[in-house]
Amino acid sequence: MDRTASTPRAVTVAVCGNPNTGKSTVFNALTGLRQKVANYPGVTVDRRTGVCRIGARELHLVDVPGTYSLAAHSPDEMIAVDVLLGYVEELDPPDVILAILDASNLRRNLFLLGQILEIGKPVVVALSMGDLAARRGLRIDPVRLADELGVPVVPVTVSQGVGVDALKSALIEVQAAPRHKITPALPELWQRVRELIKTGVTRLNAFELERAVIDADYALERIAVHDDAALRATLEQIRNELSQGEPLPALEARRRYQWADRIVAACAEAIPPAPARWVGYLERFSSHPVGGLVLFFAVMAMVFQAVFSWATPLMDSIDAASGWLSGLIATHLPPGALASLLADGVVAGVGAVVIFLPQILILFAFIIVLEDTGYMARAAFLMDRFMRACGLSGTSFIPMLSSFACAVPGIMATRVIPNHRDRVATIVAAPFMTCSARLPVYALLIAAFVPKTTVLGFLNVQGLVLFALYLLGIAGGVFTAWWMKRTLLRGTTPAFLMELPAYRLPNFKSVLIKMLERGRIFLRRAGTVIFTVAVIVWGLAYFPRSDEIDRRYDAVAAAVTANSQDDQVRAEALAAIEHQRAAMQLENSALGAIGQAIEPLFRPLGWDWKISAAVVASFPAREVVIAVLGTIYAVGSEVEETDAGLIERLHSSRRADGTPVFSLPVALGLMVFYAFCLQCVATVATMRRETNSWRWPIFAWTYMTAFGYLGAYLTYNIATRWA
Amino acid sequence: MAKSPTRTLADLKPGENGVVAGFARYDAMTYRIMQLGVLEDTPLQVLRRAPFSDPIEIRVKDYSLSLRRDEADRINIRD
Repeated sequence: MDRTASTPRAVTVAVCGNPNTGKSTVFNALTGLRQKVANYPGVTVDRRTGVCRIGARELHLVDVPGTYSLAAHSPDEMIAVDVLLGYVEELDPPDVILAILDASNLRRNLFLLGQILEIGKPVVVALSMGDLAARRGLRIDPVRLADELGVPVVPVTVSQGVGVDALKSALIEVQAAPRHKITPALPELWQRVRELIKTGVTRLNAFELERAVIDADYALERIAVHDDAALRATLEQIRNELSQGEPLPALEARRRYQWADRIVAACAEAIPPAPARWVGYLERFSSHPVGGLVLFFAVMAMVFQAVFSWATPLMDSIDAASGWLSGLIATHLPPGALASLLADGVVAGVGAVVIFLPQILILFAFIIVLEDTGYMARAAFLMDRFMRACGLSGTSFIPMLSSFACAVPGIMATRVIPNHRDRVATIVAAPFMTCSARLPVYALLIAAFVPKTTVLGFLNVQGLVLFALYLLGIAGGVFTAWWMKRTLLRGTTPAFLMELPAYRLPNFKSVLIKMLERGRIFLRRAGTVIFTVAVIVWGLAYFPRSDEIDRRYDAVAAAVTANSQDDQVRAEALAAIEHQRAAMQLENSALGAIGQAIEPLFRPLGWDWKISAAVVASFPAREVVIAVLGTIYAVGSEVEETDAGLIERLHSSRRADGTPVFSLPVALGLMVFYAFCLQCVATVATMRRETNSWRWPIFAWTYMTAFGYLGAYLTYNIATRWA
Repeated sequence: MAKSPTRTLADLKPGENGVVAGFARYDAMTYRIMQLGVLEDTPLQVLRRAPFSDPIEIRVKDYSLSLRRDEADRINIRD
């Protein structure tokens, strides 16, 4: 879809419409998998483009973000206008605008179409949801509608394959057809604007000038960038003259709905309604005061279960596959830097990326189905009041819930949040939720240091600590969202005006395309960063390599091999020697040096250099801390979180003065550190991709690290005083 | 009329119908509401309320719209 790729015969089509009109289904039906997704510069809106071939002709489609009006009040909303006017770099200006109109809700859809028609470009209307309208007892006559609007109208039902080919032909033919006549909503303003253009004071077209006069601040500010202050003053004067008695936006809305009423009266006819039975049942049940909540919690429990446990077998097999590959490399390559790079760097790095795919795909399958059926809006409706307590809206609930499994799909799910500030606050708060990667860390430290006693007769202290850690994460996230909305992201509370679309069956192909697209975006955008960091950390832990240590352990191993008779004893001794060798090499490596260098920084938390090194090494992925501790304490990197050997080593670890390194206060502080700290390069990379800048990921990382340090410091000191 | 001069959309109970009489203020939020089809003389019906009675769901034109109570509160209603 880049300019260079376009051929002279390609037609650029901007696909726009209200949200919930089936716009993406039409877009997917036209392009199939031939789509690309990128970001618009400076905003967090997806730029989706696709190609549709019709014989020798090509249609280049651009998906315009769904909107109810072209009156833009934020950069995100301005994108729709920019695409339609051809102001987006790297995108061709549209030759044709394809407007999707929902036949079951025609009047509100016509409001937007009225604005689109005034742009003056060729327009084709795809009339969707005809089946839904018919069930409600309404039939829209497409021929009459086309007559009234002066543009081609094609009824489309993608699920039955109806209208897709006709739509393609209409998009090609419309350019040659006579242009529709513009009937402006505000003829007096249209007249003034035309006169202004004739005087030659501006290069802007009538539509832009009209919007600048009606919408004032935002559109006008943009004009000030392009043009001079004199024009701005002229436009403001026109507005003052015309808005006698009624503000222009109110007048525009009234006139456009009058027009829409007239059109609907001319082309709608009543037919016997035939409501779909399941829709009726579902609507009644889901809106029942008790049944609705039961259904809501059942659906949320299922989403949570899906990302939390259904993904586990897949993730385990990915883990096993990468372990098997590493083993294969170790047996077939001579030991050394290359084998280690391939096994511990490359394979582990790729594994660290791919491991997220099951959760992302499963979560998005649910989210897309919930959205496409219309249930997502109802979930947001139910949770809105609750989420407002931390300054957010109901739309933040599902991303937050998903983050309990993994913040990566959770942050990707923030796309459902229309408000930019709410979206950023949710993105920064999401990694506080206790994700599945924190569990093994908690499991190890709780098993090792929290006594297995019960209080009040039945409450297991270990379970209580785990529960407290979950609450701690929620509290951190709630506080962060609340605080950010109060300070960094302060602004007027946006309107929470949300359409609750009619329930409908999702289109399977469309769900599949969107699901695969999420996976692809993650692999490409976040995958590269995750992989790079994994290889860097491998390098830090591997280099520099000490030949002297190797020689020493080679000699010990040779001695053991020569002297021991029993095969099993020999194997065990050799394994112990290898673990010792790995521990010594790590201590000698750059990572070991870093751990020792920054130990003073972590001394107030009660950590020694080994803990410091393990924590530093786990910044790319928090669960790595177990493998690093395993290596440092010479029990091997293949250690499990419940490994008795590792727990035993942690207990017996001593400082120079003979006191134990790991006390209960140190363990508690460490757990609090892991509860708050953003030790996940996948999350950071996803934040970067979703906010389209490094600003928020850097902020979140710094903020959460400081939060974790402070939390660990307080926990350690308070616990030490008590203990 | 002395006690409550105007009823707003927030005062309507689920199942109640009303007609938009006007808006308390004309600002960006009101314009958004108007763009969605809630205008003077538009008939509407409150369908239900979320837990804690907020937000509310209304039927307007041919669709369902959810809005918060403080947004509904600016929409004056006549019978």
